[in-house]
Amino acid sequence: MPVSTSPHGIPVWRLRTTRAQWLQFGAWLLGISLFLLCWKVISDNTMWVFVEDAGRQGSDLLSRMMPPKWEYASILWKPMWDTLNIATLGTALGIVMAFPVAFLAARNTTPHPLVRSLALMVIVSSRSINSLIWAMLLVTILGPGVLAGIIAIALRSIGFVGKLLYEAIEEIHPTPVEAISATGASRLQIMNYGVLPQVMPAFAGISVYRWDINIRESTVLGLVGAGGIGLQLNASINTLAWNQVSVIFVMIFATVLVSEWISARVRHAII
Amino acid sequence: MLTLSGVTKRYPTGDRALTDIELTLPKGQVMALIGPSGAGKSTLIRCVNRLVEPTQGSIRLDDVELTRLSGSGLRKARRSMGMIFQEYALVDRLTVMENVLSGRLGYVGFWRSFLRRYPQDAVAEAFRLLERVGLPHAIDKRADALSGGQRQRVGIARALLQSPKLLLVDEPTASLDPKTSRQIMRLIRELCAERELATIINIHDVALAQQFADRIVGLRAGQIVFDGRPDELTSDILTTIYGEEDWDTSPESVDEPESDPTPAQYERRDITGAMASGVAP
Repeated sequence: MPVSTSPHGIPVWRLRTTRAQWLQFGAWLLGISLFLLCWKVISDNTMWVFVEDAGRQGSDLLSRMMPPKWEYASILWKPMWDTLNIATLGTALGIVMAFPVAFLAARNTTPHPLVRSLALMVIVSSRSINSLIWAMLLVTILGPGVLAGIIAIALRSIGFVGKLLYEAIEEIHPTPVEAISATGASRLQIMNYGVLPQVMPAFAGISVYRWDINIRESTVLGLVGAGGIGLQLNASINTLAWNQVSVIFVMIFATVLVSEWISARVRHAII
Repeated sequence: MLTLSGVTKRYPTGDRALTDIELTLPKGQVMALIGPSGAGKSTLIRCVNRLVEPTQGSIRLDDVELTRLSGSGLRKARRSMGMIFQEYALVDRLTVMENVLSGRLGYVGFWRSFLRRYPQDAVAEAFRLLERVGLPHAIDKRADALSGGQRQRVGIARALLQSPKLLLVDEPTASLDPKTSRQIMRLIRELCAERELATIINIHDVALAQQFADRIVGLRAGQIVFDGRPDELTSDILTTIYGEEDWDTSPESVDEPESDPTPAQYERRDITGAMASGVAP
């Protein structure tokens, strides 16, 4: 009991009991010891000779990247456009598929608990596989190209958008839904009037956020052959053309910056 | 018109919310349901339109046994029961007109409602109702832009657009100031008289209940302990419904009227005044 009585009969209050205080101290001690132990294991397994000349290697790489070969940019516009298309179309496709899945997965809108577990399964399996791995699988199945990239991005987005949207659906106010049900509305009408207006801002925000992430993810999909600027990146690294790599980096950086700005503006306008 | 017999509700937790309720409501009668918090008032009206499933008993509206309905039968029955809520229960991000028209959802198909293409007579009726509740200027506003009293008026218009036979009203004034409360109660009362609606109003404010209802039913711990006219409600009966309390509403006399009242006495007077407003003179 945090409340006790002192010898003088005055009630004393403390946030934690002595026992709880010692337990907390013990937990911290254990956590810090574990961290130090892990640190030592990693340190023992590191080949320090390589780390010691990291500075030299790094500056060497940097000097090869400088100055960037700016004329290379002229052949990057097309792959960059592909990358943007992969991200945008992939996001759109993902949203279209995630929307119904989220309604099936939310506890308050699902038609049946069994359907709910199925929908949750779709969400979890989509989330557990990275877009790069989806792309690898799809390049094997569909062959290299933009299509594999679009589908990879879409499949990964289902889980992300679906999860955040179904959580938003579960957090809506129940009374408007009750009121709409009380008018004799059908299930779909209840969704349309009671649920959808309440989750619309969240839905728009989530979609734009995912698009923003997908722009970044689609820049690397080319590494496994799924189209976009990643293909050029891969080729440049393989031929040790570091002054081209730096141009690609600058380009990706600029694109991400612009997408970040656009998504911030859109979110601001909607919410 | 509405008949409840042997209605019992037991929640899965084992709590008995209602026990053996027997109640008959004739056409055009405004009945106030009073009782302490947790007495089962909300459960009772929600059992009628099946937002809550009664465990036992029968509820009949005219010739329809409501407890056995499901699917489209239930939806059809719900159309004839309008409901008004404590926190208004409007959809905030929809316009006032969309909120009012949603009262018509039981009558139109999904695509019509999705595209907001309601039949012209429904739209005309919505205009008429908004005029009647005093909000003709607010049609295009979003519901969350209105004040509490205005939102409750939208809620009333929505319920009436259902062209109901029965009105279920759950604490219509609990979130409103005293003046707006009276206006809202008067409006509900007038509309019920115009359309001969049978009405159940859950209400905490005994004075409002006495002023605006034809009949008062007292609920305590899920059982009806009083059923009678408003003027039959005495202190003794209030004690049966709510438990022991000093129901006398005359202000307590201050011992020394000539001396300046201390702040403590002011405070005490305010408290008794507030308590008194809860009970009719």
